[in-house]
Amino acid sequence: MDVKRSTPSYLYWLFCQFELITCSYLMEPWEKVLFYSFNLAMAGLLLYTAYVCVAFHLSSAFQLLWGFLGSPRENALSVVK
Amino acid sequence: INHIVHNGGLYKRPFNEAFEETPMLVAVLTYVGYGVLTLFGYLRDFMRQWKIEKCQNATEREEQKDFVPLYQDFENFYNRNLYMRIRDSWNRPICSVPGAKVDMMERVSYDYNWTFTYTGRVIKDIINMGSYNYLGFAQSAGACQEAAAKVLSQYGSGVCSTRQEMGNLDKHEELEELVARFLGVESAMTYGMGFATNSMNIPALVGKGCLILSDELNHASLVLGARLSGATIRIFKHNNMQSLEKLLKDAIVHGQPRTRRPWKKILILVEGIYSMEGSIVRLPEVIALKKKYKSYLYLDEAHSIGALGPSGRGVVEYFGLSPEDVDVMMGTFTKSFGAAGGYIGGKKELIDYLRTYSHSAAYATSMSPPVVEQIITSMKCIMGEDGTTIGRARVQQLAENTRYFRRRLKEMGFIIYGNEDSPVVPLMLYMPAKIGAFGREMLKRNIGVVVVGFPATPIIESRARFCLSAAHTKEMLDTALKEINEVGDLLQVKYSRRRLVPLLDRPFDETTYEETED
Repeated sequence: MDVKRSTPSYLYWLFCQFELITCSYLMEPWEKVLFYSFNLAMAGLLLYTAYVCVAFHLSSAFQLLWGFLGSPRENALSVVK
Repeated sequence: INHIVHNGGLYKRPFNEAFEETPMLVAVLTYVGYGVLTLFGYLRDFMRQWKIEKCQNATEREEQKDFVPLYQDFENFYNRNLYMRIRDSWNRPICSVPGAKVDMMERVSYDYNWTFTYTGRVIKDIINMGSYNYLGFAQSAGACQEAAAKVLSQYGSGVCSTRQEMGNLDKHEELEELVARFLGVESAMTYGMGFATNSMNIPALVGKGCLILSDELNHASLVLGARLSGATIRIFKHNNMQSLEKLLKDAIVHGQPRTRRPWKKILILVEGIYSMEGSIVRLPEVIALKKKYKSYLYLDEAHSIGALGPSGRGVVEYFGLSPEDVDVMMGTFTKSFGAAGGYIGGKKELIDYLRTYSHSAAYATSMSPPVVEQIITSMKCIMGEDGTTIGRARVQQLAENTRYFRRRLKEMGFIIYGNEDSPVVPLMLYMPAKIGAFGREMLKRNIGVVVVGFPATPIIESRARFCLSAAHTKEMLDTALKEINEVGDLLQVKYSRRRLVPLLDRPFDETTYEETED
């Protein structure tokens, strides 16, 4: 097994493994275009969802946590707010 | 060290067989691959139906569209959408004798394997790892070829009759006497086609009211013969003696299903070497069971005759047993003898009965004379009766090649099924794209392999099957191993986790759901 391959050829090798596992190696070119565009659209949607939701989710989780660590009086005030 | 079985001293030599379990991730990814291809298959079928795409496969005519659909089942769906994509790995035309090296005609496809055109070029000297040429008798020059040419000029090539009419030549009598001596049985009979030997003779031996116990992974010819006979068929798990014993006990205790009468005959159908798994039957245990429960044994030695045993007499000699214990010894001449046809050997009464009652004897044309002469010459060579030690040397060379090849492949990290001594080596690939990729990459590197997928194997367990030969020299094997190593790294098929999987030796009961529980 050859030692350190250059990064572009390693990425190409990874892409070939992806092609073999999802059988896009066997598809005709227009099928490949369809499949990759679907995959990229799904991945893009996933990243967008992460960007929009995760930040808000984390901040509200932290608020809840710091709220429990503070005094009981503060607690009642923050709940009323 | 693999798990070694010593069942009460029945085995005189270690029995190393291993079937490594499919890694979970690989199984999941295989299903993912098949899922993607199925979705695209549905898309293509939709496009073909709505005439967006030209339909190149067989469909019903316009007038028949309202009838019961012919091509809607899974087999045809698989054929249209999955098999067509990787079809170029099969049916490759060769244009020389299929020896250790073979010439192949190059072909290309411009419409994704629906049609092929020949470029006219011949790819020379491809290392042949796919032909059933175990002892290397597929030769176009040598003693066998000269003898066959002489007989061809004497007898011609057509027989133009069945065995029972005018097709019984003196060559056939000579061959049958030789086969009987080779196997160590009283008498033998030969047929023109190996598949027909099984499918046409089992109906002559068993009928309604008899029970057939057949291994899970038996060949299509045995299954066809069993179904044609009309007997009740029960299947036992592959090479699993506990399962076979349970079925035998049930058969003896309960008898026939409705009337509870005892079965007229119980016939156990097994093969010597199973060609898709590379496993060898546990013959000592089968014979012990057969004697205990008073049933009959039909042994199909298609792949093991000539390939196993110190002098090539097959799986019976490999285990050191007596040929009288096996009631019907069947085999073919296609694999180790470089000819075509099959034989059945056994007691004289049995063979005399088959001469009269076998469908193949009554209706099928007998074997062609040059083919008979090829078998006679090669068999005499293996037995050593032609005065040379070539036969013996070839049997030993095959055993050495087998051990070396299997050891090296296991060391590289591939999952290899089967017994250590079987010359059939299945290498697991699992994923559908890797089936096509493996076949194509190996052909690019001038090595011809046979890849197998559904329906010959279970759908996720697709494999590449190597058939070793005594004609392969060590250099050829080393070249092949180097290329297999390279392709294995390229495609990432080295799945073995090098964990020793113990063979199931626990008693089999209804609570055991799967073979390997670790």
